[in-house]
Formats: sequence, structure tokens, C-alpha cells
Amino acid sequence: MMKPIRVLVAKPGLDGHDRGAKVVARALRDAGFEVIYTGLRQPPERIAEVALQEDVDAIGLSLLSGAHNTIFPRLFAELHARELDDLLVFGGGVIPEGDVPGLKAMGVAEVFGPGTPTAAVIDFLKGRLAA
Amino acid sequence: MSADLAGKVLAGSRRALARALTLAENGEAAEVLRALVPHTGSARVIGVTGPPGAGKSTLVDGLAKVLRARGESVGIVAVDPSSPFTGGALLGDRLRMNDLALDPGVFIRSMASRGSLGGLARRTGDLVKILDAAGFATVLVETVGVGQSEVDVAAAADATLLVLTPGMGDGIQAIKAGILEIADAIAINKADLPGADRLDAELAAMLALAPPAPWTPPVRRTAAATGEGIAALLDALDDFHAWQAETGERARRRARRCRAELAAALEDGIRAQVLAALPRDGIEAVIARVEARRLTPADAAAELLAAARLPEPGADGRILEFY
Repeated sequence: MMKPIRVLVAKPGLDGHDRGAKVVARALRDAGFEVIYTGLRQPPERIAEVALQEDVDAIGLSLLSGAHNTIFPRLFAELHARELDDLLVFGGGVIPEGDVPGLKAMGVAEVFGPGTPTAAVIDFLKGRLAA
Repeated sequence: MSADLAGKVLAGSRRALARALTLAENGEAAEVLRALVPHTGSARVIGVTGPPGAGKSTLVDGLAKVLRARGESVGIVAVDPSSPFTGGALLGDRLRMNDLALDPGVFIRSMASRGSLGGLARRTGDLVKILDAAGFATVLVETVGVGQSEVDVAAAADATLLVLTPGMGDGIQAIKAGILEIADAIAINKADLPGADRLDAELAAMLALAPPAPWTPPVRRTAAATGEGIAALLDALDDFHAWQAETGERARRRARRCRAELAAALEDGIRAQVLAALPRDGIEAVIARVEARRLTPADAAAELLAAARLPEPGADGRILEFY
């Protein structure tokens, strides 16, 4: 049996819209992933700690609030504090294209904007993580 | 690497603990478990089971908070179902446990059932052992939402807490057969909803009808979302714990668990060895005869096993006595 890929889907920030995160979580489940979902308003410190406890292969952040340039650096700092620097981190939601190169430079592996088919996320994760 | 990993787990590394749990979940922790098993046996293992939506995760969260207030460390394994079609899973139990996520005295691990049908995953017991060895005073094991017969948790835990809710009406009928029998304590959760009195009465009637037993499961009302009644529920579990220690029941239960775990491990090994011994050729032809309804599946299996030339089962069957 193949080992399932474990992914943490997290929704940081103060807005209450987790539709996108849930759609991605559901699509990943249907593609055979084990998805850990922790609900709304997750601070970066908690996201990193959950990633550690669950020993996930990847973290996906859904960001709609415009706080991506604040949240991602904080998450990377928290991951670094836990020696989880190798973890695959991707993002999605409402993130202006102009901000994407900066996010990638700080270590975000991929950013999926509005309208991305869920298959693109699945293919990306399988391509990067399938053993 | 693995021996080193066990050492780091014993030294309190949370990262090592997480890795060890992953290895165990994937059935790759033989070496780690070999090093850790001598350090197990101190933790109190409480299984929490009940129908979907009964509030198991919220109650586990509440129990952990009361234990933490007493200064005890808590390990949690929360099992959610895997899809039988894709193998994928959405693990959402810790959604109800967010307050505990950053507590250094708590470690929560979500686990997919990965095809097991007994309410736990095949390797849940191994994860419990690792948390036990890592020094957690109490390990809470939350099953998937269960129906009538998913009773594996009773074999995996020292104590089994059954969580029910009012308003299930005749739903109580559905659970009385299997799962009520494994309960060492019962929580009527969401007790602020209408119907708690009726459920309480129904449970009392049903427990009164049960054959005489040395322990009758206490029934406690809780409202896990507000924390009401949880301290009293934990007191009831403490009573059971003390009774178990006094009477030797815990040692007996743990001894039975050892035998069950050995049996399960043997069956894994037996299956693998026998499958390896089956003839490669001719299996499809046998299957075709079964599909054509000219051969029963049982006769087909007998034919394949005969071709594998395994030793005949001994007449006295003494090896099987320990089951």
C-alpha cells in the first residue's frame, strides 16, 4: 500500500470565509490525501505546532484578508523554530499577482489564485511529494 | 537512525515523537517500538467512543483541559474514517481541540482509519504505546463515530467511555447490543438538550437488565461545549481506575490485550507467509471457475491452499489455545 500524503489545510487571519479552504480539503481527500483541517482564525504559531504534531508533508494556507505578506513570514519563522524548514508550504486565495514573486522568494512553493481547478493543486502536490 | 529516534522520544523531543508516530502509523516502527515498549505501562489509556456527532472530540478536549488543570500531561490519538474508495481522509477532530494545540503538556495526533472497520486504525495501539513511553500520564483515544459493533477500543484501552446524546429516540436500540457492553463509564453529552432525562432512564433500565457484573458503568451528564459535568465525569473514570487497580482487573485486561496483539501480529505474519506460498500459476483459472459458479469460494480456497503444500493443521491444535 502506498503511504498517503498528509496535508494540513489552514485558514489564518481574521476573516470568516473558509469555503475555499474546505473545497481544497475536500478535493485533496477525494484524491487520496489525508487532510488535517483545523478551522478558522489559526495563528501562525498554532499552524506550525499542528504541522509538527501531525508530521505533515505539506501546509496549505488559504488567505483572503490581504495579510499574506505578514502571515507567511511569521509561519516560516515558527516552522524554523521547530526545525521544519523543509516542509512544503503553498498558498491560495486572494493574493495579488504582483506579490507572488516575493512570496516565492521567501519560500512559498506555489500560489493558487481564484479559479484554479482543484486538479492543479493535486497535481502539484503529487508531483512534489509522491515518493 | 531509529534507535536514536527512540532515545529522542524518551528525552522529550516532540519532533522525534511525531516522526515515531508516523513510522508506527505506516507499520515501519518495529525498531522504535522494540526500544520503547520496555518504557510503556505507566499511562492510563482511556478510549472515547460513541455515534457520529455525539461530541466525542469536544468531550476529549474538555477531559484534557481538566487533566491539565490537575497538572497531568495528556496524549491524544483521534481517529477519523478513511474513504473506502479513495483512501483519502478529512481529519477534523482537532478542530475541537484548538485551545490545546500550543500546550506543551499536550500532544494531539490525528489518525485515519485506513481500511480498519473496528472504530480504530490497525496501528492505533502502537501510537498509544509510543505516547505512553513518551511519558504522557493519560492517553485519550477517540474512535471514529461508531454504530453497533465497532468495539476495538475496548481491547486497546484500560477504560472505555461511551458518549451518547439525548434525542436519539429509538437510536438507543441500535447501540444496546454491542457498544453498551464495552462501556466502563457513560456520558450523556449535550445534556442541556431535551431528552436527557429519558435517555438517563432508558440507560438505567438497560443497565439494570444486564447480567450481574462486578462493575456497573456510572452514567454522568455533560455539556462538553460549556465544560459542565466534565470534572464529575473524570471523577467517575478515576473511581473505575481505582477499582481496576484494587481488583486486579486492569492487569487482567492488559494481559488479554497482549494476547490479542500477539494474535493480530501472528495473523499478519501468517497471511503474508501463506499468500507467498500460494501457487502463482492457475489462480486466474480457479477464479474463473468461481465466477462461472462451478466452484464455491471456500472450495477454491481449499484447492489453492492444498497446492501450496502447507503443513496440515495438527490434530491437537494446542498452539491455538492462547487465542
